[in-house]
Amino acid sequence: MKIGILVNEGPYQRQSSDSAWQFCQAAIAAGHEIQRVFFYHDGVNNATKLTDPPQDDRHIVNRWSALAQEHKVDLVVCVAAALRRGIVEENLAKGFRISGLGQLVESAIQADRLVVFGD
Amino acid sequence: MSEGVTKKFLFVNRKAPYGSVYALEGLEVVLISAAFDQDVSLAFIDDGVYQLLRGQDTKAIGMKNFSPTYRALEGYDIEKLYAERESLEARGVAEGDLLVDVKVLGREEMAALMDEQDVVIGF
Amino acid sequence: MLHIVNKSPHERSALADCLARARAGHAVLLIEDAVVAATRGSAATLAAAPAGVSLYVLSPDLQARGLAGQLAEGITAVDYRGFVDLVAAQPRVQSWL
Repeated sequence: MKIGILVNEGPYQRQSSDSAWQFCQAAIAAGHEIQRVFFYHDGVNNATKLTDPPQDDRHIVNRWSALAQEHKVDLVVCVAAALRRGIVEENLAKGFRISGLGQLVESAIQADRLVVFGD
Repeated sequence: MSEGVTKKFLFVNRKAPYGSVYALEGLEVVLISAAFDQDVSLAFIDDGVYQLLRGQDTKAIGMKNFSPTYRALEGYDIEKLYAERESLEARGVAEGDLLVDVKVLGREEMAALMDEQDVVIGF
Repeated sequence: MLHIVNKSPHERSALADCLARARAGHAVLLIEDAVVAATRGSAATLAAAPAGVSLYVLSPDLQARGLAGQLAEGITAVDYRGFVDLVAAQPRVQSWL
């Protein structure tokens, strides 16, 4: 099954991004395809490579990047939401791309399910 | 574009405007969805009914008053707006207090509407 | 329909709001802070669930909060794999944020 994901919250402040990542790992392990992960609202803050958590904490941004690399998951950051929050190509982490909101609507059309994580 | 596929989309608005960005950025998704020729409906339930109140004036908080956009939805062929009667009543909001024409549904009808969608996105 | 709720019923009305529109055949999954609603001490909100609605709680979130031993009756604990299976089994998903 093709599953689209929408992440509406940034890293660390809320559990949303953690929950979404855990869900993606489990879905892929179960043989499903994560068709796209779309980052919207403060969720765009998951995409900055300037993120540098303490050694003993999980690196939420790198974890998403690794998911993109290992499983060819399409990580899309909403351009309008990103510009509002200072996320641009120059500070974009590996595996993410910036595109329009249409990518979210397209994901909802193409995927069999859309699962929203937020607050 | 995904040619040939038409899905039933329901955007469920449950939050009051301005205290968080969800109502505004949710509306932006609704506007984009119009370009995809989908069967789009909007539901206003719980605190989401406050988004539709007449007389919003944001000058003194320095934020953009985006409420006129709800009136512009018709121009995007987004004409299916629903508000839930129980949510309006619980907040003392009358249908005449709203800035745009909506169809008022009882809670059971609203639940049925949600049940017939392909995609439900809540903001 | 799979309904996902992530707020404690003591803090926000999301679970009550969700249950008010849930119908027979639907599933409700409690994740993140909503898992407290699945415990014996805080089960009042879930008691309003309509007949025929199945109730689930995400066990990793329950365990993380030290609540694994307090699961109320009638609620099924699932892991992330079970979460995925619920998404696949129900025709659509609605998150009550």
